[in-house]
Amino acid sequence: MTGRGTRTIKVDTLARVEGEGALFIKMAGDRVADVKLKIYEPPRMFEAFLRGRHFLEAPDITARICGICPIAYQMSAVHAIERALGVRIDPAVRLLRRLFYCGEWIESHALHIYLLHAPDFLGYQDVIEMAKDHGALVEKALRLKKTGNRLVQVLGGREIHPISAVVGGFHKVPTKAQLLDLRDDLNWALEMSLETVRWTSTLQFPDFEQDYEFVALRHADEYPLNEGRLVSNHGLDIDAAEYEDRFVELHVKHSNALHSVVRGRGSYLVGPLARFNLNFEKLPEIARKAAADAALRPPVKNLFRSIAVRAVELVFACAEALRIISEYEPPASPRVETPNRRGVGQAITEAPRGILYHRYAVDENGLIVAAKIVPPTSQNQRRIEDDLREYAAHLAAWPIEEATWKCEQAVRCYDPCISCATHSLKVVIERD
Amino acid sequence: MSSKRKPKGNGKPRIGVFKFASCDGCQLSLLDAEDELLSVLGAVDIAYFPEASRTMLPGPYDIGFVEGSITTHHDAERIQEVRRKCKMLITLGACATAGGVQALRNWKDVDEFIRVVYATPQFISTLKLSTPIAEHVPVDFELRGCPINKYQLIELITATLAGRKPNIPTYSVCIECKRRGNVCIDVARGIACLGPVTQAGCGALCPSFDRGCFGCFGPMESPNTASLTEQFRILGRTDDQISRAFRNFNAWAWQFRRASEECKRT
Repeated sequence: MTGRGTRTIKVDTLARVEGEGALFIKMAGDRVADVKLKIYEPPRMFEAFLRGRHFLEAPDITARICGICPIAYQMSAVHAIERALGVRIDPAVRLLRRLFYCGEWIESHALHIYLLHAPDFLGYQDVIEMAKDHGALVEKALRLKKTGNRLVQVLGGREIHPISAVVGGFHKVPTKAQLLDLRDDLNWALEMSLETVRWTSTLQFPDFEQDYEFVALRHADEYPLNEGRLVSNHGLDIDAAEYEDRFVELHVKHSNALHSVVRGRGSYLVGPLARFNLNFEKLPEIARKAAADAALRPPVKNLFRSIAVRAVELVFACAEALRIISEYEPPASPRVETPNRRGVGQAITEAPRGILYHRYAVDENGLIVAAKIVPPTSQNQRRIEDDLREYAAHLAAWPIEEATWKCEQAVRCYDPCISCATHSLKVVIERD
Repeated sequence: MSSKRKPKGNGKPRIGVFKFASCDGCQLSLLDAEDELLSVLGAVDIAYFPEASRTMLPGPYDIGFVEGSITTHHDAERIQEVRRKCKMLITLGACATAGGVQALRNWKDVDEFIRVVYATPQFISTLKLSTPIAEHVPVDFELRGCPINKYQLIELITATLAGRKPNIPTYSVCIECKRRGNVCIDVARGIACLGPVTQAGCGALCPSFDRGCFGCFGPMESPNTASLTEQFRILGRTDDQISRAFRNFNAWAWQFRRASEECKRT
């Protein structure tokens, strides 16, 4: 197969991603003529039906955008609304919110690394096949995932769409003893995360480096979760309130998800690679050492190595959770008062797959008059297409089945969440 | 007999998992059953489950699990095709059983909605209503919840494989509160709670976290919504607040729908 003529790489239903989409790549010889990441998951129109709801309802309603990262939605919502109201939260609540987010990162990263992405690297269709040859590894992966879920359960009542987060704090906060109960599991999970960094660094990575604009939060003294300025390696350094001045969403015909671009520049990358490259020095010592031992040094520009970087973030999330648990003293009150007040507030937090932007305008009765939500997969979507345009050209001489699988694998590096992006993936490579 | 898994004829039921408009959370509930996952997957033949596998085998399927509601013309046709391929069809979660959170559009002008969210509205194809699966095709069992309870899912799969009726209670959240020994937050603290009219399944989570139930599992078997509406008024809730309380993730379930409309008329 020489790759002459036109070929089409076509994946009607992209597997092992959250939500529904397709990939279509048209090749004319060695040149890529067209790339479309088609998101056909139906639009759900959250921004529209949030209008007229009370701000206290926003964290529970927006959580339903995504069953994989509901905490991200709850956190962006509560922080944006607290800003609109001019409310300051208790420092202990601030710590608990970080801990809550660590739980979601552990669950989501473990799910993606082992159940969704590892089968690509090892040549299996799915984790079920993989478990037949790597049973012990899959069992440990599930235990790791479960540790994240347990943490979320203790703080939020249940793993998916937890019920305790509220504007102003939590409905109820855990006791110190409840958190101390999690320590043994988290210590085990920390060891397993270190093993995950070592294991992912032994995988075969295609030689594919790109000059990305990485965009992530940066905080003065912590690895970012809920707070920080939005920065990039191309000089961006803004507050969440300036987000819509610097980023614009484009609506393209082939997708029910909007494409976000940096105004005047174009596509950018959010998620683990961006966070790691922009915040490496803020990682705890144990995570930095694990990264160095696995030859991961910023800037990591190879998209395929994001699986290893995600593993480094697992180390961070477990270590951070342990630190918070050891320091935790329950707040005097689980939540501060949040009286109705007219205002506008924006917030950006770091969902497992990248930054999540929320803006709310509320009126004097506490009712939402406008809402805007930009999920991580919308932000990465243009970049995914740009990557595939480069990557498919490398694969021009490959048999179509293998080229298709490789392109799917590239898309999965982004851990795309299509349910989010349509507040919405499928692969097609066409060659003549 | 070979011990290897074979695509066909190995005696295990063939399973398909199909997604419509939803958040993916109910499918994820299966992957979240970490302790049971490998044994459940070992007992069945996963023929179609895109969220977990690249292998996508054509039907027929013995059991089809459907997540999500119908919101587009294309999906209204697709669910007919899915039903034809599945001997038994089970819906998972509030979207599939009641239209989901996206059914909040059903009281609004959809075209105006699309103009709010999308710059080029003519690219978007959508129906005016978000509707549950049972409004389109016969459904063999509806598992409630936003999200579903993973232990109820495991019970449902186990019962279905054994050919018995699943043990999924249809009484209210109040029973779960009593069983947990919770003091009633409505009576003792005046917190508005949908527990009396909502089906059990969460384990009375919200009252246990000092907040009122907001109806994730939909209407219980015989909900007295008129009485609860009166109780909400006694607690000082306005008609708008009461209407919103019934309009969450099961807003289009007829009992909640009617209650949300009646409280505004009286």
